[in-house]
Amino acid sequence: MGEIIAYIAMGTGWTVVMTFGSAAIGIVLGLPMLALAQSRFSAARGIYHAIVHVVRGIPTIVWLFIAFFGVGQLGITLSPVTASLLVLSIIATAYMAEIYRGGIQAVPAGQWEAAGALNLDQFSTLRFIIGPQLFRAVSPSVATQVIGLLKDSALVSTIGVADLVFRAGIMTQYHAHGLYMFGTAGLIYLALSLPIAAFSRNIHARITRRYALA
Amino acid sequence: MSDFSWLYDWPQYIPDLLPGLGVAISLTLFSCLGGYILGFFLALGVESPSRVVHYAALVIVELGRGVPILVLLFLVYQGLPQLGLMLDPHPAALAALMFSAAGYSSEMIRAGLNSVPAGQAEAANSLSMSAADTYRFIVIPQAARISIPPLVNLTIIIFQATSLATVITVPEIMQHAGVIGAATFEYMSVYTAAAVLYLCITIPGAVLSGYLEKSMRQKKRSKRKAVRSLLTGSPSLPVAAT
Repeated sequence: MGEIIAYIAMGTGWTVVMTFGSAAIGIVLGLPMLALAQSRFSAARGIYHAIVHVVRGIPTIVWLFIAFFGVGQLGITLSPVTASLLVLSIIATAYMAEIYRGGIQAVPAGQWEAAGALNLDQFSTLRFIIGPQLFRAVSPSVATQVIGLLKDSALVSTIGVADLVFRAGIMTQYHAHGLYMFGTAGLIYLALSLPIAAFSRNIHARITRRYALA
Repeated sequence: MSDFSWLYDWPQYIPDLLPGLGVAISLTLFSCLGGYILGFFLALGVESPSRVVHYAALVIVELGRGVPILVLLFLVYQGLPQLGLMLDPHPAALAALMFSAAGYSSEMIRAGLNSVPAGQAEAANSLSMSAADTYRFIVIPQAARISIPPLVNLTIIIFQATSLATVITVPEIMQHAGVIGAATFEYMSVYTAAAVLYLCITIPGAVLSGYLEKSMRQKKRSKRKAVRSLLTGSPSLPVAAT
């Protein structure tokens, strides 16, 4: 029994790598996407909306199969891990960009104007005025999205990455008792999402304390 | 060996995938219908003053939201036989999706219910309306304005999640695509066709939910309008005794 649980729990490694790898890439690449969304040119904004709608409109499993089976057929063989990380990162980027776009709309226009009136340059405005407020506005949504990515990462088992679900599936084939096997995997997912939520609450409280007025 | 024929080849596979689209849509409709009704009662349960009901509902909601749908599918399809309950792929997928929809929707419905000021229910009570009538005529119409846009969004998410049912061999879009792909080795064309099929539903859905979100936000009636609707021969107006 203990051996079986240990075997399944070892899948936590890939689950965590997939989740936080794609989350980190998405959090960073979401920023240039935000620049695209806020562009003066309507063509750039159109491209942004097209990318976001297409990326989010197609189920993750379809993206995974396109990246693994489809691209493989074209002669570029991606390993399951590469294909998974690529797909999850692209999806994370699209979601993060939408979160940032919502956050920047929450910053009142007066903040930009006040920064302009104080003769702050573009960089300082973003770094000291808009950035902190944006960060505070989006941090709960970003944490929710990271938990969403944690759950999405379960899909990488369908193309053969040995994560929690994959290992639970193998153990079910060997020993039956699927309820225990997948129950173990499910509990580990729940356990992984708790620290993310706690971390987010903590960081949100800290930013609010630092920047809130009085 | 790489070729680009898939760029123009893919539309020929759409007709073969259409039966899968029907299965995906029916799965979505039934699991959302059942899930949202269940979600409403879970929302009431979480708000219940009884501790036992509160925690029981909370555990169900958190399991539905916190466990990946893929795991739920396997739990229902490969786990429940352990308890002697052997479900066919289709009902198993329906059960897993419904459970997930119930968990997510209950939080959205709860947010809607909580947005209605307590004074509304108290006023209804002071007019001696029954609890059922209070919900039906006072609370739910106001809560719906908050809850409906996220629920439309959730329906789109559940539609996308039906693609996961392929792992337990439900004949939806991805299952058809997998079978055709294995037979022809034209994976890129087939999966592109599948992706386009999903987009045909999800993009109009996203536009609809964006529109609803905007219109529901504006629909808060002005006080003047509300008063006027009461004055002009509203049937519920009490007629002054002469």
